[in-house]
Amino acid sequence: MTAAVVAAPRIRQRQAFAAVLRRDLFVTWKELPVFLAQVILQPLFLLFVFGKVLASLGYTQNGYSDLLFPGLLALTAVITGMQTLAFPLVVEFGWTKEIEDRLLAPMSTALVAGEKVLFATMRAITATSIMIPVGILVLGSIPWRWSGVPLLIVALVLGSLLGAGLGLVMGTLVVPQRINIVFSLVFTPLLFTGCSQYPWPSLSKLPWFQVVTACNPMTYVSESMRAALVPSVPHIAVWVCMVVLVGSVSALMGIGVRGFYRRAID
Amino acid sequence: MSDAPAESSNGTANLPAVEVIDLVKRYPKSPVNAVDGIAFAVAPGEVFGLLGPNGAGKTTTVGMLTTRVRPTRGRAMVGGIDVASDPVRARSLLAVVPQRSNLDRSISIRRNLTFHAAYHGVPAAEATARANELLEQFGLLERANVKPDLFSGGQAQRVMIARALMHEPAALFLDEPTTGLDPAARLFVWDRLRELRERGVTLILTTHDMHEAAVLADQVGIMDHGKLLALDTPEALMRGLPGSATLELSVRPQNGDVPQPLVRALEQLSGVERVEAIHDDTPDEDAAERRLRLYVSGEASQLIAPTATLLAERGLGLNAVELGTPTLEDVFIHLTGRTLR
Repeated sequence: MTAAVVAAPRIRQRQAFAAVLRRDLFVTWKELPVFLAQVILQPLFLLFVFGKVLASLGYTQNGYSDLLFPGLLALTAVITGMQTLAFPLVVEFGWTKEIEDRLLAPMSTALVAGEKVLFATMRAITATSIMIPVGILVLGSIPWRWSGVPLLIVALVLGSLLGAGLGLVMGTLVVPQRINIVFSLVFTPLLFTGCSQYPWPSLSKLPWFQVVTACNPMTYVSESMRAALVPSVPHIAVWVCMVVLVGSVSALMGIGVRGFYRRAID
Repeated sequence: MSDAPAESSNGTANLPAVEVIDLVKRYPKSPVNAVDGIAFAVAPGEVFGLLGPNGAGKTTTVGMLTTRVRPTRGRAMVGGIDVASDPVRARSLLAVVPQRSNLDRSISIRRNLTFHAAYHGVPAAEATARANELLEQFGLLERANVKPDLFSGGQAQRVMIARALMHEPAALFLDEPTTGLDPAARLFVWDRLRELRERGVTLILTTHDMHEAAVLADQVGIMDHGKLLALDTPEALMRGLPGSATLELSVRPQNGDVPQPLVRALEQLSGVERVEAIHDDTPDEDAAERRLRLYVSGEASQLIAPTATLLAERGLGLNAVELGTPTLEDVFIHLTGRTLR
């Protein structure tokens, strides 16, 4: 009378995990134009105004778009990862309760959180990769070094995970009533203190702001992207970036998964 | 069937589908236990109703059984699996229909069903066939490709029950399945639940509607303040209620008055708690008729024959007999001193 064939727990968990991921990919595919608009518009406009318009009008120096572009890749990765998780999680836990059907799938609660992180990371990597052809279209040419690609990929993955971690923490800690205020309090500062529009060492002229930006883990994504694509521009040492990023991602995942458990199980 | 591992040796058939042993839940920062040491067992194929007012601990009990609430103490088992120590296995055996819709709003209701099946490892072809069958049975085929955003409470309820059946759970938990539904939708859900009972699906439902519990459940647990006050079949609960079943006799005494010795003789009958003569101001022609109400513990119908004999011995004509049965609401009032709502 019951489903008699019960697969071994590990296989079952893998099946459930794959099915939940498939569901997320299916929904993204169905809403592809919305997804693209959501992730591309902001960096596209930043790129266009700062990299093209201001340069054409002579307000920025030659070469500014070269250091802006890697920063915008970092920004896209972090922001997309965060947006994919934070808002939907708040809504699903607090309001639509949609997540319950997945929490009751035969898989551990940590895996449900893990799927969310993997999915957000995939979206962030996709969105950032799209920025490369967009950059070529808008700017005419982008700074590119094949020898920097391995570091670029590492920075891209870590930046996407960083965004996913931020999203997981925000999505599980914020109550629905506070979502708007928390988002505006977190989002804008994160956007402008992450060194995506300026290299960190150049801030030595503005020491207090240099300290502020050093506290934003996105800074280290922007700096490693620059190290990969425009190494001639002074940047934070790559090993420092890696240590900070691995540390931040681990801390955020730890806090986020604990928050996820707290929301999922009373 | 017989090749089910491990459990078959000690007889899966005798294993309760759901069992709760000394289960306690105290939420952090709460001074009292939300669920306070309850125990019950539900046999496979049985319908178990957890009846009680809001805040009695019903939803918390279901939450613990369905891996969403961690028990403070005690054990909650589904299909022989301890849900706290092996939640992953337990989840493959159970399904939940919550009070409020938690349908996936990004996908059509058909995909709500098929993705649910995929989460539970049901092969795609089987899931598609089963989804069609259930959509048809629940009258949802026409709207199968619609997203559930605009569904009414009753429709969402139907979709959620259909979804829950996609992986053929050993136990189906329904939290207040008809609360907030209009009468027609409620009857529809009741019919579907009866069909499930006939198919042998184990159902555990919470409700604060005693009528619903009486109509659907084989076994009812009455809960209040986290405690299980009574646990039995609805009939037994109502029968066990002292003196609230009634037997009303319309008699025609010869001289117009019920003789006191008769009243005393009726009171002597086993099962009769007390006898009340009912005085009504009926007009003259019926003046010859008198009514007696017997408050009975146990089955009132069994007293019809002895009372008829008593009356006949005294030469009194018996005009009519009326049985009054107690409701689960009476049982609840008796147990708690309060009404349900």
